[in-house]
Formats: sequence, structure tokens, C-alpha cells
Amino acid sequence: MEDEGVVKKFCYMNRKAPYGTIYALESLEVVLIAAAFDQDISLVFADDGVYQLTNNQDTDGIGMKNFSKTYTALGDYDIKKIYVEKESLEERGLTADDLQALKYEDEDDDWAEKDSLFVVGREELSKIIDEQDVVLSF
Amino acid sequence: MPLEVNGQSYETDEEGYLANLNDWQPELAEAMATADGAELSDNHWEVINFLREYYEEYQIAPAVRVLTKAIGKKLGKDKGNSKYLYELFPYGPAKQACKYAGLPKPTGCV
Repeated sequence: MEDEGVVKKFCYMNRKAPYGTIYALESLEVVLIAAAFDQDISLVFADDGVYQLTNNQDTDGIGMKNFSKTYTALGDYDIKKIYVEKESLEERGLTADDLQALKYEDEDDDWAEKDSLFVVGREELSKIIDEQDVVLSF
Repeated sequence: MPLEVNGQSYETDEEGYLANLNDWQPELAEAMATADGAELSDNHWEVINFLREYYEEYQIAPAVRVLTKAIGKKLGKDKGNSKYLYELFPYGPAKQACKYAGLPKPTGCV
């Protein structure tokens, strides 16, 4: 492969509520698969997408699998850059405390737990997106 | 093809994965292994039980790379390598062990 060894910056944009459409789950699955290819991966949650990361989801009433716990496994997949748009949280009356704690264990630092979720403002987020090679929107 | 254990019939998909996660019981793992011509040792069970716990916590079957790393952390470096895991599960540690554990095929496994 001519591109062998080239690491690109991939950004997965998540803008939809977790249930009701298949976008959130599909995005998560694509991310888990893509994680095997050792690329530079960032996840962005904005608009209703911020609901995907909320605590204490309960899907009993809608008969769908609650896949919210899977986000906490992202650290195992070496996904360490998860950005949540601050304004989207505020517009929905949410704060960082309403979100699951997402962490990864740093193998090079005696498995110390480190944060992988960052709440960032709209302006900063647009800079982050601007730096990407590939942006996939869900 | 349904799997017969203790007079009960359990539904599986075309690759032999259990259709209903909640049907799982240790006897089913034994029966699947026997069908593959394998016998389950304590070392196999360590991995199978680990996978079930992982699924319980994260709602996914981990990819091989993630499984290997996590096993190494939990059970020691001598077990957290693909050689050890492939010796136990020659059809692929994630695929075969997940099947015995009653989990769906790991995401991204073809």
C-alpha cells in the first residue's frame, strides 16, 4: 500500500440523539472498527449528540439496547480525544456532571487513569475540526 | 442450527453464535467446544468468564487487540499475548471465545 504508515486525523461528528435513529450506534461501531487502524481519532458530540454521553440512560421503555456503557470502553480502544460542545450542553440545560466520566489508562504511566472527555467552546471546536484530514458526520 | 443441551434446544445464528444472550449457561460452552473438537480447561474458562464480565460492563465484545491488553493486565503478561490466546482458541481468540461465552461476534470481526 502506498499510504502505509500515513496517519491521518479522523474526526467523527455526532449530532443526533442516541435513540430514535440508528446514527449514534452506527457511528460508535464505525469508531470501534476504525480504532484498529491506528489512526489519529477524535470524537465530537454536538447538538442533540451530547445526549449520547449522558449518565443513567434507561432504554427499558423503548425496547432498545442501552449501548451508553460502550462509550466508557473507548479508552481501551485508545480513543483519548472526545470533545463535547459547551454551548450544546448549555442550550439543553446540561453540564459536564450529566455526562459519563470517560477515561483511559495510560500504559506508559503505570496505567494511570486520565480524562479523555473535554468540554470545549464552539470557537475552539471549529479550530479542532479545521485541523482534521477527514470529518465523518453522523 | 439449534444447539441441543440437556434436552433443551437453543437457537443460534448461521455461524453458531447464540441467538439470545440470556440463554447462556456453562453447558452450552462445553457443547460448542465439543462440536469444535475442543475441550475446555480452566485457562479457557478464565478467558470466557473475562469476556462475559467485559460484555456485562461495556455491552460489547472487545476486539482482539483490546482483549489481549486487558487479559495481560488482569491475568498477567504471560497470558496477555496473542500466542497464548491463539493456542487456547485457534479459530481466533475473540471470535471463538466470544462464541463459547454466548456473546455476539466482536464488532469489526469478519
